Amino acid sequence: MSGVHVRAFHFISRFVCLGAALGVSASAAYAAQSSTDVIARGEYLARAGDCIACHTVPGDKLFGGRRPMVTPFGTLYTPNISSDKEYGIGKWTAEQFYTTMHNGRSRDGSLIYPAMPFGSYTKVTRADSDAIFAYLKSVPPVKQRNKPNELRFPYNNRSLLLGWRTLYFHEGEFVPDKSQSTEWNRGAYLVQGLGHCAMCHTAINALGGSSESQAFEGGLIPMQAWYAPSLTSNKEAGLGDWSTEDIEALLRSGVSHRGAVYGPMAEVVFDSLQYLSADDIRAMAVYLKTLPQRTADTSPAPVAAGAGANKSDSQTDHQYQLGSKVYDAQCAVCHGAMGRGKPPDFPPLANNQSIQMSSAVNPIRMVLIGGYAPGTALNPAPYGMPPFAQILGDEEIAAVVTFIRTAWGNHGAPVTIKDVNDLRSVPAE
Amino acid sequence: MRRHLKWLILASLIFSAGRAFSQDASSERAPDTMQARVMACAACHGQQGQGTDNDYFPRLAGKPAGYLYNQLLAFKQGRRVYPPMNYLLAYLPDPYLQRIADYFAQERPPFPSLPAPSVGADVLARGQMLVTSGDPGHAIPACASCHGAALTGMEPAIPGLLGLHSQYISSQLGAWRYGTRTAAAPDCMQQVAARLTEDDVTAVAAWLSSQPAPSSASPIQRGAIRMPLACGSEPK
Repeated sequence: MSGVHVRAFHFISRFVCLGAALGVSASAAYAAQSSTDVIARGEYLARAGDCIACHTVPGDKLFGGRRPMVTPFGTLYTPNISSDKEYGIGKWTAEQFYTTMHNGRSRDGSLIYPAMPFGSYTKVTRADSDAIFAYLKSVPPVKQRNKPNELRFPYNNRSLLLGWRTLYFHEGEFVPDKSQSTEWNRGAYLVQGLGHCAMCHTAINALGGSSESQAFEGGLIPMQAWYAPSLTSNKEAGLGDWSTEDIEALLRSGVSHRGAVYGPMAEVVFDSLQYLSADDIRAMAVYLKTLPQRTADTSPAPVAAGAGANKSDSQTDHQYQLGSKVYDAQCAVCHGAMGRGKPPDFPPLANNQSIQMSSAVNPIRMVLIGGYAPGTALNPAPYGMPPFAQILGDEEIAAVVTFIRTAWGNHGAPVTIKDVNDLRSVPAE
Repeated sequence: MRRHLKWLILASLIFSAGRAFSQDASSERAPDTMQARVMACAACHGQQGQGTDNDYFPRLAGKPAGYLYNQLLAFKQGRRVYPPMNYLLAYLPDPYLQRIADYFAQERPPFPSLPAPSVGADVLARGQMLVTSGDPGHAIPACASCHGAALTGMEPAIPGLLGLHSQYISSQLGAWRYGTRTAAAPDCMQQVAARLTEDDVTAVAAWLSSQPAPSSASPIQRGAIRMPLACGSEPK
């Protein structure tokens, strides 16, 4: 990852040295200097937008595209956005790039599939879009043809997107709220715009759209079998009683005293958020803290605290006892007998919202496949949760997840053996 | 005055209780060791990377750090495919992967006693021949000609072959034959594996897994032997 920065730095320093060596006029040198400033700002903004995560195959050439995006409608392959004139965006104009970001239309006018988060990027200012474009044009060209999408009928018909756009796309730059602070507005701009947080943290419906009335209330991420928790002030599942400092730590380092990021959010921190300035991260946290709670936890309905209505108390007791036994044998060494953990490296389980949410997908998957917090500048050598799929059966995992969801004052609902079995076959991702 | 004193004591009690609590919460830190950091690996590879009963999770301990690093990087970048590993490593920085590789390379836990292979003496004899002498008639070099006479590997990137279950060895050789496991070009293992028959793979895996622990588990020094093939992973 750092290679990206190193390359950009070399590029910039070479540019500046060249200007000095040739003794070019002061105004030309100023122009070169300001264009390197724009490129550097564009690189930073491209980080904030996490362009790299989708437009680069891990370990392959930067912005060469061809990364598969598996959707419920088929597989999309991201396009090459390097400066290559034939296969990338080398021949594009800043205007065309802005139209793509702002309006979801490609250079030839065709409609773009909303896997590209133009519903969020539409809020990006023209100046920021131009800076990102200048940066992308400065990246070495990648001679690599785009790979055709593999979408099923009828989704392979782009004209259907007109209907989708009517329902779910609202074009328009971010409009600052004058009643809020500059910091709050900066945070809102990043969260709603480049950060495209709503892509996962607002529930997606069967048509791949999301409703503004449920913004940031959380949702199951399609095809990935991870649940993106609510970011509202919902105390059950949201950021309700998190401190701004804990939110900042989580976003920037990947770990905090309240919990750590794994799965898709680990990727976001690894590729994007760790590179943002402390001020920008703080602005995002300040904004997130003010998101109002609109409804209760909106993740799928719980099995009801009365526990599976048809389950007898003795069955429930048996599950809790078994869970407690498994916990003591496998989990307590790191997470502590009382679930307090050893934060920030061994996350607490007591009073941890992501464990108690109505959807038990995240805790079940964490037990099955484990996970490392992302390695970041602030946390370069993270600790990892071991996978238990190979040593614990479905009954034991259901029991231990039920235990951590209900022990120490946690009030999640029990999970069933079937819940675990359904997720066991989902590949780790 | 008395009243004030009472408040002062009460306030200081509350203050110290708060301090004790926050100290308790913050002093409980995870051990600052590599051993604690690689607990996620230990579940399948053993605490010191000695391997487990599972046939497909290899021993890591004592393999050269360069080899382990290459594998970690290949899993991270998806060039070597096993979803649970690809997932675990996806967001770890390369310098940290090097530290993980160094950790397991330095470990020297005892070798496991592996189940005796269920193959005939003739198969074992064929395996021994391929490992120690190769099969010049089929242009198959001996395993020992790169992995060392003691089969403990060579620095910096050729792995040891002992302490591994036969199923693991045969599945890896198979993966090379079918092109699902690759290494840096020129991919010498791909070339060798392509010349092996399925029976050869079974024989090599069975004989290797039947060998006792070596007297020294360390890989031999870099360049200690002259290799019969050029290998991209092992710089000359």
